[in-house]
Amino acid sequence: MAQFLFFLLALICVISILGFILSKNQIYNALCLVVAFTAMGGLFSLLDAPFVAVVQIIIYAGAIVVLFLFVIMMIDVRKGIPPEKNRWTLYLSVGISLVLAAEFAFSLSKAICFLKTPATKEIGNPTALGHILFTKYIYPFEITSVLIVTAIVGAIVLAKKREEE
Amino acid sequence: MTEIFWMIPFFPALGSLVLVLLGHKLSKKHVSFIACSTIFISLCISVISFAGLLKIGAENYPLVKKLFTWIPTHGFKADFSLQFDPLSAIMVLIVTVVGFLIHIYSTGYMAEDKSYSRYFAYLNLFTFAMLILVMASNIVLMFVGWEGVGLCSYLLIGFWFEKHSAAQAGKKAFIVNRIGDAAFLIGILFIFFHIGSGEFTAINTAISRGSISTGFATVVGILLFAGATGKSAQIPLYVWLPDAMEGPTPVSAFIHAATMVTAGVYMVARMNFLYSFSGTASHIIAFIGALTAIYAATMALTQNDIKRVLAYSTISQIGYMFIGCGVGAYSAGMFHLYTHAFFKSLLFLAAGSVMHALSGEADMRKMGGLKKYLPITYPAFLIGAIAISGIPFFSGFFSKDAILTKAFTNGQYFVWTIGVLGTILTAFYMFRLIFLTFHGKERITPEAKMLLHESPPVMTVPLVILAFFSVVAGYAGVPAVFGKKLDWFSCFLQPIFSRGREVHVSLGAELALILISSFLAILGLYLAYLSYIKRPQFPHTFATRFPFIYRLLYNKYYVDEAYDALFVRPLVRGSEQIYNKFDLKIIDGAVNETASATGSFGKLICYLQTGFIKDYALVFLLGVALFLGYLLF
Amino acid sequence: MIQPIYFIILSLIIFVLGIIAFFIKRDLITMFMAVEVMLNAANLAFIALTKAIGIIDGQIIVLFVITVAAAEAAVGLAIILLIFRQKKTIRTEDIQVMKG
Repeated sequence: MAQFLFFLLALICVISILGFILSKNQIYNALCLVVAFTAMGGLFSLLDAPFVAVVQIIIYAGAIVVLFLFVIMMIDVRKGIPPEKNRWTLYLSVGISLVLAAEFAFSLSKAICFLKTPATKEIGNPTALGHILFTKYIYPFEITSVLIVTAIVGAIVLAKKREEE
Repeated sequence: MTEIFWMIPFFPALGSLVLVLLGHKLSKKHVSFIACSTIFISLCISVISFAGLLKIGAENYPLVKKLFTWIPTHGFKADFSLQFDPLSAIMVLIVTVVGFLIHIYSTGYMAEDKSYSRYFAYLNLFTFAMLILVMASNIVLMFVGWEGVGLCSYLLIGFWFEKHSAAQAGKKAFIVNRIGDAAFLIGILFIFFHIGSGEFTAINTAISRGSISTGFATVVGILLFAGATGKSAQIPLYVWLPDAMEGPTPVSAFIHAATMVTAGVYMVARMNFLYSFSGTASHIIAFIGALTAIYAATMALTQNDIKRVLAYSTISQIGYMFIGCGVGAYSAGMFHLYTHAFFKSLLFLAAGSVMHALSGEADMRKMGGLKKYLPITYPAFLIGAIAISGIPFFSGFFSKDAILTKAFTNGQYFVWTIGVLGTILTAFYMFRLIFLTFHGKERITPEAKMLLHESPPVMTVPLVILAFFSVVAGYAGVPAVFGKKLDWFSCFLQPIFSRGREVHVSLGAELALILISSFLAILGLYLAYLSYIKRPQFPHTFATRFPFIYRLLYNKYYVDEAYDALFVRPLVRGSEQIYNKFDLKIIDGAVNETASATGSFGKLICYLQTGFIKDYALVFLLGVALFLGYLLF
Repeated sequence: MIQPIYFIILSLIIFVLGIIAFFIKRDLITMFMAVEVMLNAANLAFIALTKAIGIIDGQIIVLFVITVAAAEAAVGLAIILLIFRQKKTIRTEDIQVMKG
């Protein structure tokens, strides 16, 4: 069952990202991402991380991508922009990313025995997650909250229409 | 309470900082308040520390406060550490007391100046540097103060830099001092090379343990003294001091009479263990001091500028201090330094008051008969003149006699003879100054007469206080003739100065010496009276009878011209050649070529900056791939 | 139980797809979305490694990544909006003010 779910979700994920790449319409792009990120959430829950899975679906799929949608609507580019015409940049980037992928794969192959068997320890417990978040990671947590406030204020200041304009 | 002594220098520094940064925004009232109050706080702390120093025993000297390690390299270590002992204490008290009075006086004297806050910022900075100089516990930090006062002196001589002569005078003072300072620096490096430390106590220990040779001590002593001849205006580097009178008069009083120019004497007294060890160096100091004392006094005879007379007088008096140090009577030298600080700053401030009254006129030929117009300045000036001439029972009498007696008892008869001859000249030129300025016919220009007025209280009150000190300061060191145990001053300094050979003369001989010099001082006064009051045409007759002597003295022995022809002009011409041939063509050419090459290379690199996000991202991606590859393989 | 290695391979695939998407797309917003895809691939790798090693800290890092991504999206989109108001375009080849 788990294997089936994994392959299903992985397939959805990859196909929707391919759709994202191929579609010219920005709205479709964003919707493809919603699907991909939701499937990603499913993958997270398969990995014993229910809390992160829920956060992924609510914040990523629900909030961030919707933010993108709003901006797309505000900018209102009537017809989509066709993909890159400058071919050599594209080929070069694809080449380099394949090299990168090969490098990753090589490094993975070294650690493969280690990654084959999951740890037996129970890690999915949201209580434990909350505990460690508010003890060991309390300072990063607080700093992140400051970052969020700064980002919100900054975004408003940047995007606000000035009176004189 | 003595432990707080290390804070003394930092209040003027703070004041200077505030005035430099905010001075242009503050009103004159606030500027004067900041400048005077910082010095006053330092003065209070010095008095407290001084009282504390009297209480603790001599075995605890010197008190040292190490603030931080300043140069921590291997083999050359110097701390920023301050010390407090009787010698430093006396200098600190002189600097803060005289400095405070002169700050007060300046608020009146400079009231109309447009660069009011700049003036006080410099003056506070000078006080800071001078306090560092006298409180430094090692010779390297002392050199910092030494250079600091030189810088402030330059800034203040050239304070009215719009005036060409003032700018030139500042430059001259700076360059002449630099010559001496180079020798001083070499001396410091010698000390470090051989002793390995600049701390005065360490040098003292090294000498008393006999780990250095007499020859080395002589070389170092002469090098350090060469620095002192620059700072303290002795032969051959005295030429800057008369020109330094271009600066504001309170500056002349503070820097070029009371404190900075005596730094050389302080340095010799501080290094007394070195000079006691090397007889040759001491003899040279005594000889140069005596020569300068009489040489400067002769030049003072013919000057017509009131401040220049005082400047030559200062050179001559510092000569006396060096006689004292050179014959091993360090406490007598310091005693003269201490009394001189009061009466010479008094004379300068009084001269400033005269110039203030005459709208800036400094030429004595345009004065005369001012006695009745300046009822406070005149008696103050008179007291100063009596004190410096060595008329009995004023401060200069005690200190000058202490030096001359010690010179005589140590068998330096040549130096003694010159010293007492100088006494006649001193009395003569000082009373010539008095008679020409305050007595006789009025020769004031009508415009100046219209504005003639006595100075405001802020200027006359410091005069009165300094006049008071000029009278009583000498009683700190009454000679043995008048009773035993009265020489408090040298007893206080006794722990600092290693006991030299003490030859005591009988009281009778001492009395005879005192009578001789007193008689000569009064003789000088009488001669001045004869030639400027009784027969005012006599100086003119003399000048026409002996034109050669008169012209030689009036032109200051043509030393400035000789220096100009020997050093300045060849240097200027050589520099011009180098400028044209080397600087313009090779150095500037190299710089220009480098600049244009950099520019064209930059233009080449410019093509990489396309401005497209994608290109940058591609490079970024490539970098990641390469870096990961490097990590893996 | 599925081996964590499969998840990591999947995250690698998604990451490379994100890079390619970034270079194919020509408007700022979609390129920005491609960056989000890459971030998600990294998140997946983190979660998979958390599972493989058995330390919960990886999940915390993912939470932080999501938070920072939200902040970044807010500011980034505001900047894009500003660029659009001034230049009336979000095509990358039209934006070249940083050219040296």
